[in-house]
Amino acid sequence: MTRGNKVGIRKWVLSGLLMMSIAILAPLSSTARAAEPIKIGFSMALTGGLAGAGKAALIAMEIWREDINKAGGLLGRQVEFVYYDDATSPAKVPGIYTKLLNVDKVDLVVSSYGTNEIAPAMPIIMRKKLVFLSLFGLAVNDKFNYDRYFQIMPAGPVPKEDWSRGFFTLAAEQSPKPKTIALLSADAEFARNGVAGARKNAKKMGLNIVYDKTYPPGTADFSPIVRAIKATNPDMVFIGSYPPGSVGLVKSANELGLKPKMFGGSMVGLQFASIQKNLGPLLNGIINYDFWVPEPTLKFAGVEEFLKKYQEKAKGKGVDPLGHYLPPFAYAYLQILGQAVTAVGSLDQGKIAEHLHATTYKTVVGPVKFGANGEWAKTRTLMVQFRDVKPNDMSQFEGPGKRIVLYPKEWKSGEIVYPYK
Amino acid sequence: MVLELFLNAVVAGILLGGFYAAVALGLSITFGQLDIVNIAHPAFVIVGSYTTYIINESLGLDPILAGVLATPIFFGAGVLLYRFYYVSFERTGQESLSGLAFFFGIMFIVEVVLIMVYGVDYRLVEADYIGKTISFGFIIIPIRMLAPFLMASVMTLGVYLYLSRTFNGRAILAVSQDRLALQLMGADPVKIKQLALGIAVATAAVAGSLLIIIGPVEPSVGRLYIGRVFAIVILGGMGSIGGTMTAALMIGVVESLVATFYGPSWAPAVGFIILLVTLAIRPQGLFGRA
Repeated sequence: MTRGNKVGIRKWVLSGLLMMSIAILAPLSSTARAAEPIKIGFSMALTGGLAGAGKAALIAMEIWREDINKAGGLLGRQVEFVYYDDATSPAKVPGIYTKLLNVDKVDLVVSSYGTNEIAPAMPIIMRKKLVFLSLFGLAVNDKFNYDRYFQIMPAGPVPKEDWSRGFFTLAAEQSPKPKTIALLSADAEFARNGVAGARKNAKKMGLNIVYDKTYPPGTADFSPIVRAIKATNPDMVFIGSYPPGSVGLVKSANELGLKPKMFGGSMVGLQFASIQKNLGPLLNGIINYDFWVPEPTLKFAGVEEFLKKYQEKAKGKGVDPLGHYLPPFAYAYLQILGQAVTAVGSLDQGKIAEHLHATTYKTVVGPVKFGANGEWAKTRTLMVQFRDVKPNDMSQFEGPGKRIVLYPKEWKSGEIVYPYK
Repeated sequence: MVLELFLNAVVAGILLGGFYAAVALGLSITFGQLDIVNIAHPAFVIVGSYTTYIINESLGLDPILAGVLATPIFFGAGVLLYRFYYVSFERTGQESLSGLAFFFGIMFIVEVVLIMVYGVDYRLVEADYIGKTISFGFIIIPIRMLAPFLMASVMTLGVYLYLSRTFNGRAILAVSQDRLALQLMGADPVKIKQLALGIAVATAAVAGSLLIIIGPVEPSVGRLYIGRVFAIVILGGMGSIGGTMTAALMIGVVESLVATFYGPSWAPAVGFIILLVTLAIRPQGLFGRA
């Protein structure tokens, strides 16, 4: 036997051994992968202006993780979260998602809370063609038209206009019909989007817009604004505001006697228990958007159990103690993601997206069906009217009767009191 | 109608300006007189709001009274803060940039500690007069704005009298001008500065109580006031308490008039335009020494 032959045989034996070891180890490594947890990555506003909502959302999401892991996980794998605080700063969001995808190698991504924190993530998510379930973005996909974007806030298929459709539908049903409207918006993306839709709806209804202005963040005194609105004597006042503005405007309107026939619209903060308690009877009559309230028409399977868990965990954390507004939806968007992954049986983003487009999901916030643009196929932005609110009592908001659902009709729990007194 | 709106806007602006003065007062002392760029001052104001909230919620005391009661603790904290600042930066002559970074850091630490301890939910206080108004003809004044204005005026007057009439007060005015001369007068500049920072931080307790009477507060809300209060201190003239009050009232009235007649979005911009124009004409500010 020549030396060359010997080397050749050795080569064959070695490569044979290598093949065998790969064949033996391959299933082992795939078993190891199966046992690896599924990582869901997201950025979340845990400090800064939207931290109140962001922290509450995180509590709800953690409840879902506990629930799903207790039930055996997703695809037989435990679920793990990888998340970073975006400090309510849109500029931090792209970096966070880049890290989640390239360094942490997460399997699935969901969004942070709010329009301003969702939009900056979109280009990165779109480049990687990932399914993106988002939490409370208003009309984010209008500009991106991304077919794997799904948004849990029940704004509806034409988010900007659907948002305030209820307010204007109710107005149109009143007699005599209101003729004039004042529009006021905080100088930020979400509020401006809401009021832009209201402007369209007002024009469609033939209302005369007598006041249309924005106010900057950091406004301490709202009385000059309220006086200027009052001077135009509008029949309706539609406001897009954030919590400090909402409180300031409700107080100022009350102090200065601004009494239009309808007041409210898109005021963030009036859904939070601490603010409801502080404003008390000043809220009575206000018609404002909401997503879930404890009215008998909205008792969906699982929502009460979820809220019980949330309220227990929220204690001492300085977040909304009742958690009606955002937490059920933060739970539901993961519920939907989980249901879609389970139904598809893999993490194939294309198949998950297809499933999300085609299916009606059962969640704690009721049945959810997404339309072509990833928004709810049909709006369920509620218009609720505060009624019989008593001073200084948070517990009154736990049960029904304080926030009456006026719109949409299928979820209605009472009749409107008009004009607002 | 226009006259009614105009007069109401002026009155509302004066009341708002009084509140701005309360927030800017502490900064006027630290930044204006001690040359300490205390960018954390609005964060201290928020701590004042939380202290007021806790006292109001647990003991049911009036928010302003709660703020006043908290001043000794804030004074002590201010003194300690200065000791630390002096030992770490001023003594070694590194106060300009490192000091700024230090107060930036303090601001973030205060914010994060508040978030960790109290969470991020909005806090509000209760008082009988919140929501009530008094009227003089067509001028309607919300007491929610009037009470902060009155308290801010009393506090500003108090600080003004202290600085202009007492030995220690005058020493505070002197310390930034001539340390050596002050030492020759028998006063220790370090002690005088720590007294001054103590007073400055103590005013934050009261300013915080006024802020939470006006509206809801959460840990990061102080950031929104940084630009405005620095503008007021510079506009008024560095170190002039009367100037700070005047500038605060001016900004308040201008913001209120612009918000009423033109659009609230322009209000802060017009405030800053006034600052720029004033600085172009009088670089030392309205009441600053040339």
